[in-house]
Amino acid sequence: MAMSRDGRPTIPRNSSVAGMPAPTFTGHRGLQLEEPLIFEQGQPGRSGVDLPDPPKVEHRMGTSVRTRPIELPGLAEPQVVRHFVRLSQKNYSIDANLYPLGSCTMKHNPRLNEKMARLPGFGDIHPLQPITTVQGALALIDEVAHWLKTLSGMPAVAMSPGAGAHGELCGLMAIRAAHVARGDARRRVLVPDSAHGTNPATAALCNYEVDGVPANKRGRIDLAALKAKLGGDVAAIMLTNPNTCGLFEDQILEVADAIHGVGGFFYCDGANFNALVGRVRPGDLGIDTMHINLHKTFSTPHGGGGPGAGPVVFSAPLAPFAPLPYVVHGPDGFALKEHDGGQAFGRLKAFHGQMGMFVRALAYMRSHGADGLRQVAEDAVLAANYILAGMRGVIDPTYPGPCMHEVMFDDSSFKSSGVTTLDIAKALIDEGFHPMTIYFPLIVHGAMLIEPTETESKESLDLFIGALRALITRAKARDSAGFQAAPRFAPVRRLDETRAARQPVLRWSPPQPKQAAE
Amino acid sequence: MSTIRYSSEHEWVRVDSDDGTVGITEYAQNQLGDIVYVELPDIGKKLAARDQAAVVESVKAASEVYAPVGGTVVAVNDALGVNPALVNESAEEKGWFFKIKLSNKSDLDALMDDAGYRKFVEGLG
Amino acid sequence: MRYLPLTDVDRSAMLGDIGAPSIEDLFRDVPVAARRARLFDLPLHAGELEVERHLSALAARNIAAGSVPSFLGAGAYRHHVPAAVDHLIQRSEFLTSYTPYQPEISQGTLQYLFEFQTQVATITGMDVANASMYDGSTACAEAVLMAGRVTKRRRIVLSGGLHPHYRDVVKTMTGSAGFTVDVAAADVFGEEDLAASIDKTTACVVVQYPSFFGHVRDYATLSAQCRDNGALLIVAVTEIVSLGALKPPGDMGADIVVAEGQSLGNGLNFGGPYLGLFTACTQYVRQMPGRLCGETVDADGKRGYVLTLSTREQHIRREKATSNICTNSGLCALAFCIHLTLLGGDGFGKLAAINHANAVMLADRLSGVKGVSVINRTFFNEFTVRLRSPAAPIVETLAARRILAGVPISRVYPERADLADLLLVAATEVTTTADMEALVGGLKEGV
Repeated sequence: MAMSRDGRPTIPRNSSVAGMPAPTFTGHRGLQLEEPLIFEQGQPGRSGVDLPDPPKVEHRMGTSVRTRPIELPGLAEPQVVRHFVRLSQKNYSIDANLYPLGSCTMKHNPRLNEKMARLPGFGDIHPLQPITTVQGALALIDEVAHWLKTLSGMPAVAMSPGAGAHGELCGLMAIRAAHVARGDARRRVLVPDSAHGTNPATAALCNYEVDGVPANKRGRIDLAALKAKLGGDVAAIMLTNPNTCGLFEDQILEVADAIHGVGGFFYCDGANFNALVGRVRPGDLGIDTMHINLHKTFSTPHGGGGPGAGPVVFSAPLAPFAPLPYVVHGPDGFALKEHDGGQAFGRLKAFHGQMGMFVRALAYMRSHGADGLRQVAEDAVLAANYILAGMRGVIDPTYPGPCMHEVMFDDSSFKSSGVTTLDIAKALIDEGFHPMTIYFPLIVHGAMLIEPTETESKESLDLFIGALRALITRAKARDSAGFQAAPRFAPVRRLDETRAARQPVLRWSPPQPKQAAE
Repeated sequence: MSTIRYSSEHEWVRVDSDDGTVGITEYAQNQLGDIVYVELPDIGKKLAARDQAAVVESVKAASEVYAPVGGTVVAVNDALGVNPALVNESAEEKGWFFKIKLSNKSDLDALMDDAGYRKFVEGLG
Repeated sequence: MRYLPLTDVDRSAMLGDIGAPSIEDLFRDVPVAARRARLFDLPLHAGELEVERHLSALAARNIAAGSVPSFLGAGAYRHHVPAAVDHLIQRSEFLTSYTPYQPEISQGTLQYLFEFQTQVATITGMDVANASMYDGSTACAEAVLMAGRVTKRRRIVLSGGLHPHYRDVVKTMTGSAGFTVDVAAADVFGEEDLAASIDKTTACVVVQYPSFFGHVRDYATLSAQCRDNGALLIVAVTEIVSLGALKPPGDMGADIVVAEGQSLGNGLNFGGPYLGLFTACTQYVRQMPGRLCGETVDADGKRGYVLTLSTREQHIRREKATSNICTNSGLCALAFCIHLTLLGGDGFGKLAAINHANAVMLADRLSGVKGVSVINRTFFNEFTVRLRSPAAPIVETLAARRILAGVPISRVYPERADLADLLLVAATEVTTTADMEALVGGLKEGV
């Protein structure tokens, strides 16, 4: 068998915690309020919305009229507000504290962006309004496109992809279309073993065979191994830069030359563009196409997992294959090319892209400007290296620095004590921090990937460094029992993920009566 | 009398004349952690040695299980559908995956015996 | 720079602790030729007021749909969103949190996803729903790919009543994966019969409910025909409010139901971000794309929620994942969940009834305009009308008079000159009698 990873506990092991306070009558603990599901709170006759009685008409819905009741609970507005406020209080957020998830870029989300996205002239326009009534919207898309092209040094951009992974699909489909147009369909895509899972998944979705490339001892792609894999059937390489170990691929120009030498294209996973923005242009690195996560580099909010936005920049050879739709400059202002795209590979999404995210991103770009964006990259890289330096004497980084915007550590220094990377993560929760990214990338055992971002103050970084130093020191002192009880101060303790996966309960069901009525 | 053989990929096969029973080793289940799901092959499926035969899933990983020997799948362990934890509790007995009619007994020559596998695992550290 | 807390004093001190002579030194792995010494040719930083002025000026060049009589639909609908929705989704802990990978400090997100999944499964009449996809069109394409995995077949049939954008997304997403796509001709009259296109090689049939042209049909017979051939029936819903008044697709025997959820809780936003809903029968759950939230208990036996069945997903399964998707439409799903919670089952039904009644009144009024005929015998809140001349110029004329008259069919079927006179018109609970009169008046003069 091919064991893709060593096991880590997904059933909580230690449930007794000394010194925990006695349970309360309500189940609440001070500001930590318990909250049942909405389905357990409804009462007939309650509603949170007052609607007029519908005008009396003879219905025209044919034979498909709903005949059974809609089994959703009724709650009044105060109950609904209280429910969701209580739920919100069970969440960690970047607004509350540092959120060092490597590869995720949890930076401050300016509220100006939210205000701008809610202007009726952006938030309340229909995607199929006559073009003459949405000239400002098209101008905005065009302006965001201009910033992305300038910052990347690439001549074209597709704005419609809904998120980073959707952008990867966009890039690979353009590559496929370009090869097909040359009468040179290819079958293999090279993906480093350290890549985000989306890279191989995307390549497979495009019907490419995924061929892994190992990393070298310095945490970069192994150039010799890469060259050995190259051939006339290689469509592309998908390389993340800075890579998922937080390092700049210092042989990137050689990688580009090598892939171009066999007629392949260079796809760059731009998840970590925030380390380079305003300082380094991907177009100067030999890259043919790259997605840009607006929710990372340009601070559109992560919203608990989305929505994102993933525009894709293209080099000149790939530009003609970019998907529909796109904004063009017409004689009477802006126009939208929605049909007859020539060599365009197709359409990735209904309508024109994540407009709400474009507005937020432009507010961010305009606020920072060319000078501020450069400072963003510099401060992000400075903060990560500061953490690397701050851990000296306690734990060494997996790869020597300097790192870029994130720094990688691993479990090699405390593994023998019985404490795991997962334990460190859970103990950080008790210290008031969201854990770093753990167990990714897969090439590093017990990986801990820390990305502080540029929006943390030095005081905030110092506190995090202090907490992490204390935890690693404790881990090395073999306090594994103490770690296994963590987190102790979170709204819930470690959850039984094994049970969730073995007997999936994916929706609420009404309590079953003891005996069937029939 | 049955013979048991092990692959370097941590599958075991217990053979009685032409009939083999296949599973993953105690070492493997320990490495994988809590097993939550096992995807078994279709009965009647023909497999060559080292073909992918099954997938075993923990919460955070999915691992392919290869056929240690070639042949035709004649039975699968339906109990794993209800209780995948059998693999953790009894990897080399109740937690078997499938039974296979061997097409070529010489496939066994490429596998390790009990002592050989033990030594192999020790070498993994 | 107001978003950057580090001062120059901090930066020098930090460089000192790192032991680096300069920031430039930290970028030393970047090839020298690619290091830009000068600022890019873009505007310099600006204060809130300046940025606000610039963006407000752009916004002012658009006509907001809510500021004029508007009858646009075609997969995006203007509804009234209760004030509490936007307030709640802007709470820091929802807006600025990440994917709930650390469940102990993400129970807020996880619990609402569990509630959202239950709501979506309930209104579609299906067993399970995922935690959402990018939008209805990509959910539709994912459903087709899933049908390919379930049936191990590669031929798909798309109804002529499917939104042309959805059709194009399905074609694009499945094209490189080796599928054959049969697209039925535009089903203007809601009379197509797909039985003849289904055989033992068909992976799935995709229909829209109500159809793109507004027709409401019962797909129970089609479902049986699919089942007889071992094909899956995928039902796409672009106006989720319709399910407050219509029979749930699950009750008709749909195997997968996908939908655009924008209508609940989410604004028009010029087409995005929207909310893809994805539901299926339990037996196919391991072939589903996207995140799933499940119930479990913590170390003290207390109920809690986690992301589960993750081995389907790209971060674990890599090239063998069921999809490459890595996000969901989290905040849009939250808005949907809050809006539907405020409505409740009764409110949702009533909202749908108002939508339908307004559409009936609009259809009756338009039927009275000389030169305008309503094509549909059945519809929910949207229907197709035939004008006496091409619809697009008329829509332009009315837009200049600040009436957004609807979507000319030519906008999405430019190749079909014979459909140029058709206009797709929608009414919702926000449509007033005065709006209807404005459209009637405009068409009387304009047709």
